[in-house]
Amino acid sequence: MARSTVEPATAEANPGVISAENLSAGYEGRSVWSGANFSFGKGEFVGVLGPNGAGKTTLFRVILGLQRPMAGSIQIFGAPPRRGNPHIGYVPQRHTIDTETNVECLELVRLGLSGTQWGFDPFVHHDRDAALSALEAADATDLVHRRLGALSGGELQRIFLAEALVSNPEVLLLDEPLSNLDIKRETELLHLVNNVVRSRDVTALLIAHNINPLLPHMNKVMYIANGRMATGTPQEVLTSETLTQLYGIQVEVLKDPHGNVAIIGVEEHHGDIP
Amino acid sequence: MSFSLNILMDLQDMWRYSFMQNAIEAGTLTAIVSGVTGYFVVLRKSAFTAHAFSEIGFAGAAWAVLSGISPLAGLLIGSNLGGLGIALLGRRAVNRDTQIGIVLAFSLGLGLLFISLYSGYATQTYSILFGEILGVSHDQVMETVAASAGILVGTGVIFRPLLFSSLDEDVAEAKGMPMLALGIAFMTIVACAVSFAVEVTGVLLVFSLMVTPGATAQYLASKPSRAIAASVIIALVATWLGLFLSFYTPYPVSFFITTEVFVFYVLVRLVYTRFRWEKISQGSLLRPPVDRGG
Repeated sequence: MARSTVEPATAEANPGVISAENLSAGYEGRSVWSGANFSFGKGEFVGVLGPNGAGKTTLFRVILGLQRPMAGSIQIFGAPPRRGNPHIGYVPQRHTIDTETNVECLELVRLGLSGTQWGFDPFVHHDRDAALSALEAADATDLVHRRLGALSGGELQRIFLAEALVSNPEVLLLDEPLSNLDIKRETELLHLVNNVVRSRDVTALLIAHNINPLLPHMNKVMYIANGRMATGTPQEVLTSETLTQLYGIQVEVLKDPHGNVAIIGVEEHHGDIP
Repeated sequence: MSFSLNILMDLQDMWRYSFMQNAIEAGTLTAIVSGVTGYFVVLRKSAFTAHAFSEIGFAGAAWAVLSGISPLAGLLIGSNLGGLGIALLGRRAVNRDTQIGIVLAFSLGLGLLFISLYSGYATQTYSILFGEILGVSHDQVMETVAASAGILVGTGVIFRPLLFSSLDEDVAEAKGMPMLALGIAFMTIVACAVSFAVEVTGVLLVFSLMVTPGATAQYLASKPSRAIAASVIIALVATWLGLFLSFYTPYPVSFFITTEVFVFYVLVRLVYTRFRWEKISQGSLLRPPVDRGG
């Protein structure tokens, strides 16, 4: 698929990379959330927030085709989700590597492309070039020959990002990539993801617990709580009215002169004071 | 057969005996197979699982001896059933130490029962437990050839998906890889490899070919292809040297093999740790050790 690099990312011009209507999901007959309607366009950076257990990862599993929706419909590029969709790059939650894993980073990133192929041809190296360019896009060229087990949390996240990017996906699903990172690394990684979103025009969904680091980058925000979702631009969603309605309790959204927000009235996970 | 300083003549001396030829051929094949599969066993942290296979195989082999069929058939049946069971337990099964340990103890108990029921000589039991490569027949060598070919081809076919799922299970699953089928295929490969390795090292010493070379190789190379090559070379050299040494001494082959791979593992760990430490200090994270004087 041709990739435009000049066009600015506008949701309205290109809707429907991922769209859902009246979508419900859950486990064993019990719904986690229901009645979700949303539509994300090409090149949109979406922050996904909400308390633990609200079903943020469940949303990713539905998009990945690892879990069937309980009701409603969801389309990715106009088709229902299917496992192994090559258009989606995925970084799972709490994704760690055993410290004794002495395999170099380049090999893992290569497998992001060729790891699904049966058989084995020691003389084909097309995945190597793709891996090197993905590592460059993830600002990880310095880590190419480092051993996976020796990487820090921030370095690992860059490698996982490269692994997700190596197949040139058009959708990126990042499940809590910022956990275990200090504020400096958190900012760096978000800048990196933002650059990738802008330069490759991919649609990225990023699950996080803190809204403020995301504010400079994201086009849309999705709050999941109480079995429901609120989706829209940050201006639309980050208001006392919307969040009060979503949580079902009185929530106050305060903004400081720097644009940071503080959400008062909900548990510490999603209301944060910078 | 006395040892001389002329190694070439010693080797020729060894080769003159058909039991040594069989042992070298079977040992070579087993070392290659163990080296390859052992790399994945270590990478997937399934060393304990591999050990459990061999103990379940022991019960199978003891039963086979009792029933008058080939111990190898019993080993294969036992370890493959065990492998299938563990694969069906699911993706986190390798971490299920407790369940595996429970099945392992039960299998050893069953094996013990079969041995006590068997009225013949106990030598066969002894060779299952500790290996009897010097007793390998020409037919057994041919069986090993066929099995090795099958195991290596099978590993080649699932090589990349297996490597991918070993390093990054969640992403491999999301990419549509059939994790259960892959798990069963790998467990079958390991079960067969273990059964043949038992011929060389015995049930109790199967780690020495299945785990130690793979574990050592992980420190020597960070590219899987090179690490697998290193693992094979370690297993091969250990087996050949073990056969050579035991030919000229009264001690068993499996003792030499276990000792060689162990010593090499310790040496590599020491050198590797030192090397890493030096790299860290060169990276100015740490200053070089300061001589505090006497």
